[in-house]
Amino acid sequence: MTSLRSTNAASPRRSATSKKVLLTVFGWSVALVIFFPILWMVLTGFKTETAAIADPSFIFSPTLESYQAVQERSGYVRFALNSVAVAFGSTLLALLIAIPSAYSMAFLPTKRTKGTLLWMLSTKMLPPVGVLVPIYLIFRDVGLLDTRTGLIIIYTLMNLPIVVWMLYTFFKDMPKDILEAGRMDGATTFQEVFFLLLPLTLPGIASTGLLSVILSWNEAFWSLNLTSSKAAPLTAYIASFSSPEGLFWAKLSAASTMAIAPILIFGWMTQKQMVRGLTFGAVK
Amino acid sequence: MNKTRASGRTVGGLRTLSLQAPAVTLLLLWMVVPLGMTIWFSLQRYNLLMPEMTGFAGFENYQYLLTDRALWAAMGNTLLLVGWVLVITVVGGTLLAVLFQQEFAGRGIARVLAISPFFVMPTVSALVWKNMMMHPTNGVLAWLAESFGLPALDWFSSLPLTSIVIIVAWQWTPFALLILLTAMQSLDEDQVEAARMDGAGPVAIFFFITLPHLKRAISVVVMIEMIFLLTIFAEIFVTTSGGPGLATTNLAYLIYIRALLDFDVGTASAGGVIAIILANIVAIFLVRMVAKNLEE
Repeated sequence: MTSLRSTNAASPRRSATSKKVLLTVFGWSVALVIFFPILWMVLTGFKTETAAIADPSFIFSPTLESYQAVQERSGYVRFALNSVAVAFGSTLLALLIAIPSAYSMAFLPTKRTKGTLLWMLSTKMLPPVGVLVPIYLIFRDVGLLDTRTGLIIIYTLMNLPIVVWMLYTFFKDMPKDILEAGRMDGATTFQEVFFLLLPLTLPGIASTGLLSVILSWNEAFWSLNLTSSKAAPLTAYIASFSSPEGLFWAKLSAASTMAIAPILIFGWMTQKQMVRGLTFGAVK
Repeated sequence: MNKTRASGRTVGGLRTLSLQAPAVTLLLLWMVVPLGMTIWFSLQRYNLLMPEMTGFAGFENYQYLLTDRALWAAMGNTLLLVGWVLVITVVGGTLLAVLFQQEFAGRGIARVLAISPFFVMPTVSALVWKNMMMHPTNGVLAWLAESFGLPALDWFSSLPLTSIVIIVAWQWTPFALLILLTAMQSLDEDQVEAARMDGAGPVAIFFFITLPHLKRAISVVVMIEMIFLLTIFAEIFVTTSGGPGLATTNLAYLIYIRALLDFDVGTASAGGVIAIILANIVAIFLVRMVAKNLEE
């Protein structure tokens, strides 16, 4: 009787644990299948070119020769610097322009605020290919083709609506009393923004900035069409591996790994706040 | 009393104006100038290779484009690409969100791995898939097929559009997963528990509780993806260049060919106007939804 009761009690528990083990195995398998191309790329970057095109294998003697070759033959660093300049330059500029605007929308709302905000979002929905021709011709005529400045201008404008929007939502979440108290103590608008608002909303500003960096870093329509050699960021540099004579898988993998590593880490850090910016607050 | 309020409002209005002016002016220029130019060019005879050919063309460019087989092929490809990627990412993203909502060991890391493809730049993901995954002799998929005794597939020559769909879906499923996972967090656990007490199985719970709860998030995912997917470019640029023939040429790629390879500014601009109209049909619905949300 006792033994019977104990087996009865144990079996649901055992089935619960085995269900959990099954779920863990399944969940991880799915995650690894999705992640596999990235994992494979990272591994291939540490192989020799011969090992890269041999039968797939996880066992090989790792080498850094592809990483060296990528720098020596094509000057990887130059393209990486272009990416850094363009992504961070456009983000800084967008933040500078967006902070006053988001501040006034959050703290001095008027009847028109909502309309302005929605209109800003709607500019984001203009497909880039629809304005490729005029932008290309303007850039050609004023000498902005294949310059970092040109890309910075485009990316700033491209991300401005999202940056304003995200900052607005972060500013709105801030308790108004603190700013109120500061104003009572005689703080000017400038002091209010720099000494109260910005420090208090720094995490929000940081994640907004990171999203803007990610979007600019990965942008490939304008970088492929507006740059050729001088100002080409990593997206355009990687594209140069598509020509048949340039197909070296280990080098492609090494260059790609370096190109995506920082952004992957940024993305992991900000995944939660990113939903806010990517859906314009429509999903909470 | 009245007076101070009125003056306060003007001061506020002035401040609002000066604070918002930079952002609003820049975005207005960014929207109006290129848009106006695209529309203007689309009505002109304008080919960079034939500078002597100028003048007002009326709707000639549109007529030329609309009777061109390439446009309809490109429209068809655009629809197929957007449609299939949407189906795969939304169904896949929903199922993945349900999976990664369950508690299991190392769930946090598994989630991070699964959303990673979204952060990979499009040129990298396209080239990694084209070469290391889908290569007909040395790719991982060919190796897998052979180890099961199946013939290896030459993905990009026998199924070019499908190959592009696979690559783009791989990039965007994590986006759907990320959004839907967030939406799932506001699911009422008590309701699920109550349904379970009443004897509802996991399938019933999914269809009658989870799915209705995700309805709104799913429609946001669909609209945002549509806007981006309508003008997929880099993935095609680095893999097939729109070929073989026109098999993978979508609207964005066709405009690129007309503009920067044929230098036919007029026709390319007419194509641009068509792309803008298509995107706006989707955008209107998205903006409406966001607006409704703002009011809450």
